Amino acid sequence: MADFDAVALVDVSRHFGRRRAVSHVSLAARSGDILGLLGPNGAGKSTLLGMLATLVAPTSGQIRYGDRTPDGSALGVRRRIGFLAHELHLYPELSARQNLIFFARLYGLDPNQAVESALRSAGLAERADEDVSSFSRGMRQRLALERALLHAPRLVLLDEPFTGLDDLAVSSVSVRLRQLASTGAIVVLATHDLDLADGLVTRVALVREGRLVSDEPASTGLRSRYRTLVGRQGP
Amino acid sequence: MFARVALLVLRKDLAIEVKSREILYTTLFFAVSCVLIFSFAFVKEGQPLENAAAGIVWIAIAFAGTLALGRTFERERYGETLRALLLAPAPRPAIYVGKLLGIVLLLAIAGLLVVPLVAVLFQAAFFERPALLVALLLTGTIGFSAVGTLFAAMLVRARTRDVLLPILLYPITVPVMIAGVRCTSALLASPPDESVAAMWIAMLVCFDVVFVTLALWTFEPLMTE
Repeated sequence: MADFDAVALVDVSRHFGRRRAVSHVSLAARSGDILGLLGPNGAGKSTLLGMLATLVAPTSGQIRYGDRTPDGSALGVRRRIGFLAHELHLYPELSARQNLIFFARLYGLDPNQAVESALRSAGLAERADEDVSSFSRGMRQRLALERALLHAPRLVLLDEPFTGLDDLAVSSVSVRLRQLASTGAIVVLATHDLDLADGLVTRVALVREGRLVSDEPASTGLRSRYRTLVGRQGP
Repeated sequence: MFARVALLVLRKDLAIEVKSREILYTTLFFAVSCVLIFSFAFVKEGQPLENAAAGIVWIAIAFAGTLALGRTFERERYGETLRALLLAPAPRPAIYVGKLLGIVLLLAIAGLLVVPLVAVLFQAAFFERPALLVALLLTGTIGFSAVGTLFAAMLVRARTRDVLLPILLYPITVPVMIAGVRCTSALLASPPDESVAAMWIAMLVCFDVVFVTLALWTFEPLMTE
């Protein structure tokens, strides 16, 4: 099955009871894009990522992965998605190696090849057999990122990926994301940290109260643009 | 692919349990405590209350099972790993089956401990028909776990999950409990009533088929937020 080159949300809404988490959002990202989904806490960024990850069903509207929809080929779409959520999707009782082996097998990969390379990328080769519960937040975050990228996904969804990382790790993650985009991945990055997003993202979608208020190429002056469109509640 | 994913989830749960032993120990401790408390109430001067043994076995399994279900899915809630499983390119019902097998295994171990303990404390002749006893425990445990696994997965993000799980689980599993208790009574009769026991086991097989089929059918839509 051919890989998809674009992902699009078409007039997507998601309501939780009477609360509108996302309201009539239309947005597209293409292969090679690093799309920054920016907005204050509670703006609907995580819900948008959840819908792109096929974990949250839209109340209305449609999400398209190339010419596919999750309804028609859910397994095929999910096989090409890597998701680093705010919660790290790791088993703290298992070691770093056991976690990666489990997820590699779940994605039908050969763990011998994928796991060692992921451990090296996370800088955890020396501590591969230690339980994740003994790791710092930064180490867990690096491991979770490698877990999400284990299967070389086409669509990479990242929810606050820089949480808990030191400056060195932040720059190494930024380099990694640029590499992914340059090899054809679509990277969607939700954050409220404008300093980290500035210079990394190639496109910016500003979200406020579940609505898309701007979708444009990234340019300098992201912070003033954000203040103008999203308001004083920004960081 | 379905069986591979189910076994993968089961192996992962076992690997975690081998390391922590948290759920196994708490479940067994709870089951044994239940039996001991009932033995203080229902055994007077060495004479147990008639037919009490049958009910106590199933109460211990149901209570311990509820505890195990809650703890198993609490693990998946921490770190939102259930979402990671649901995001994988694997049939979602296979994830359900993997979790179900883990619970059945855990309750089978609890059954191995509870039944001899009840046999000793309540002077109950459980082992006259061992094949029927194994069939009864297996079918009853599968029926209870099939419903419990589905509800526990559904409630994993609910704040009141610890309260809601027994409220939802016990009424739905009443047929399993009735069949389990009646079948156990038939096996403990002197002489054991094999035909009645076989009838209840057949009934439990029917419950299992219905509950597992419904759970496999509904797991994917119920788990999509």
